[in-house]
Amino acid sequence: MTVTAVRNHAHATLLRLATAGSVDDGKSTLVGRLLHDTKSVLADQLDALERVSRNRGLAHADLALLTDGLRAEREQGITIDVAYRYFATAERSFILADCPGHVQYTRNTVTGASTADAVILLVDARKGVLVQTRRHMAVAALLRVPYVIVAVNKIDLVGFDEATYAGVAADLAVVATELGLPDLRIIPVSALDGDNVVDRSARTDWYDGPSLLEILETLPVADDPGEEHFRFPVQLTLRPQEAARDVAHREYRGYAGQIASGVVRVGDEVVVLPSGRRTTIAGIDTADGELVQAFAPRSVTLRLTDDIDVARGDLIADASSAPEPTRDLVATVCWLSDVPLSKHSRMLLKHTTRATRAIVSAVDGVLDLDAVQIVPAQDLGLNDIGRLRIRTAEPIVAEPYAGHRRTGAFLLIDAQTGQTLAAGMVGDPLAGEAAQAEQWDI
Amino acid sequence: MRDPHMSAVTETLQLDRGDEALRPGAGAGRLTLDHLDTLESESIHIFREVGAEFERPVLLFSGGKDSVVMLHLAAKAFWPAPIPFPLLHVDTGHNFPEVLAYRDRAVAEKGVRLEVATVQDYIDDGRLAERTDGTRNPLQTQPLLDAIADHRFDAVFGGGRRDEEKARAKERIFSLRDEFGAWDPRNQRPELWNLYNGRHRPGEHVRVFPLSNWTELDIWRYIAREGIDLPELYYAHEREVFERDGMLLAVGPVSQPRGTETVVTKQVRYRTVGDMSCTGAVESGAETVGEVIVEVAATRLTERGATRADDRISEAAMEDRKKEGYF
Repeated sequence: MTVTAVRNHAHATLLRLATAGSVDDGKSTLVGRLLHDTKSVLADQLDALERVSRNRGLAHADLALLTDGLRAEREQGITIDVAYRYFATAERSFILADCPGHVQYTRNTVTGASTADAVILLVDARKGVLVQTRRHMAVAALLRVPYVIVAVNKIDLVGFDEATYAGVAADLAVVATELGLPDLRIIPVSALDGDNVVDRSARTDWYDGPSLLEILETLPVADDPGEEHFRFPVQLTLRPQEAARDVAHREYRGYAGQIASGVVRVGDEVVVLPSGRRTTIAGIDTADGELVQAFAPRSVTLRLTDDIDVARGDLIADASSAPEPTRDLVATVCWLSDVPLSKHSRMLLKHTTRATRAIVSAVDGVLDLDAVQIVPAQDLGLNDIGRLRIRTAEPIVAEPYAGHRRTGAFLLIDAQTGQTLAAGMVGDPLAGEAAQAEQWDI
Repeated sequence: MRDPHMSAVTETLQLDRGDEALRPGAGAGRLTLDHLDTLESESIHIFREVGAEFERPVLLFSGGKDSVVMLHLAAKAFWPAPIPFPLLHVDTGHNFPEVLAYRDRAVAEKGVRLEVATVQDYIDDGRLAERTDGTRNPLQTQPLLDAIADHRFDAVFGGGRRDEEKARAKERIFSLRDEFGAWDPRNQRPELWNLYNGRHRPGEHVRVFPLSNWTELDIWRYIAREGIDLPELYYAHEREVFERDGMLLAVGPVSQPRGTETVVTKQVRYRTVGDMSCTGAVESGAETVGEVIVEVAATRLTERGATRADDRISEAAMEDRKKEGYF
């Protein structure tokens, strides 16, 4: 590799993936295969894998063991928690959140999907679309993951039969249309043998689409900051005063944060929320120097033309599209705690960089993931997805999650124990999307 | 309002790095940050969240490459203000001299305060006993937890990466430690979006891992891109070594050949830096950062598998140490 090649690679993009699937559908094997065939598993890891597989009386190295990291997982042969894996090709770097399929699958899938650009969902070709498949697709739709890729696995066990695959693909397309998934890709694979995982397989000659890795390498990065409204949650004020190492910075005052969406340019008119004060961008600073413009998800420091009151928790937004601050939210939440909602009276709501006290004023209902509709309920328990009305002590600048994955997301936290209780999404991320029929790529 | 110092920087910046609008991303016509910029921005966001929400953070600093990158990112996160927390070095007493010299240079250059917790003090007064195998990596836990308690540190930045080790692959970016400093891997808080939950009760603290999503190769590419200075032993040099358990150990005051182990001079470099008595060197001709990147990209062994005797003890060696409060 030459220095040029290294530099080119450094300009490769990053794609975040999450896996989902039911028990025994071969998910860990697929992830192991992807890591193995992209040369991301190194010799000492393979040695350890083969040794452990032999000790368990297996004839071949069990690729699933690559993803089970904790002692309890190896002892019980189950995956407990989300594990993060890293692999790269010449085109892209990947972060893969490997989410276990059984215990607390909703909690794990929600966690993995919250940061994912694409979800890889496993379906067993022999079983087709199961209740669990529908649920995983509903969670992906709810979390607004831009791409869902369904690997129809164990295609070898149905004799590489085109008609079987076509039947499963048609069922998947129906579910995706119901849920309003924006982009669905379907692919026949054998994770065990590697068919269509990295290389296209000759055994599915009726399938003329790309391999799984080819899909992953070529998916357009979904978020285009050029098409979004500018949103910038303030993390902290940088005001070094006498502590400035450079005397020239003693009067410096800048607002540090990570751009949540959109583009900002010097001279842009912005509004600071919730106060509603208007000003313009005087400068966009980084430790490497000033920028003329910057876009999500870059971390920068903004200087403003006017000396106005700005603090952590405020949102600096494009003045022409500013959302209204509110203390009353209608939200969809995924309950992540063993202790039900009704047992919690004092909660904190963490939204962007602001944490404020919150109370649930009403439970509107719980989402029936199979029918994809809200049914009446009084309480929420572990893994429930519910519709709530929430009142906050301080106004927050929340936007519908459907169009704003960063400024529409929040956590509910137990004020006493500090435990994270729920993942929240402002509004109803599934509403109005069902009508959005698309041509599926099958 | 405009700072004269920064205006001067602008021109160079536009020549060197280019305006983002002029640099097309990977998707045609879309604005896309490249992968190192994305990782850098994520880490800076994490440093700033801790800087804003915690009262007494501290950054663990050993002079190893990951902690050097952490220090670099911390300086960027708070610029032009100084880094708003001290560094903590847990000194095993089994140091490579050039790493200690580097540590002191880096501290002076960045203008930060350094706290040192010393394993040797614990051995001298009997609070800790030397292990029969002579390695001191596992002995760092007690001095580390005591330093955290004594200084009432509530957030402790560590340079752990999830690609390093399979227990680390399961750990959160904000990882709660109870009043015993213990990690409970089966009862971790779910971590959603980029909303980190740093709530903790008195006596508890949070370990924070801003490099969670970086790989060894990312670290080296970033070191190259940013021109970050490292201790010399990361680059190929001649050293007297002997082989033990398939690793090349340096001859030094705490690592002497035994029995049939013979000393040879080899061209080596270190992939990790730790307790000298159990950190192995790898044979290498990589004298520059570019050559190291080529070597790391082609390696067939993991960083820890190649260089850490203590991680080879059992499949769960790291998990067990982490549960007790280790890094």
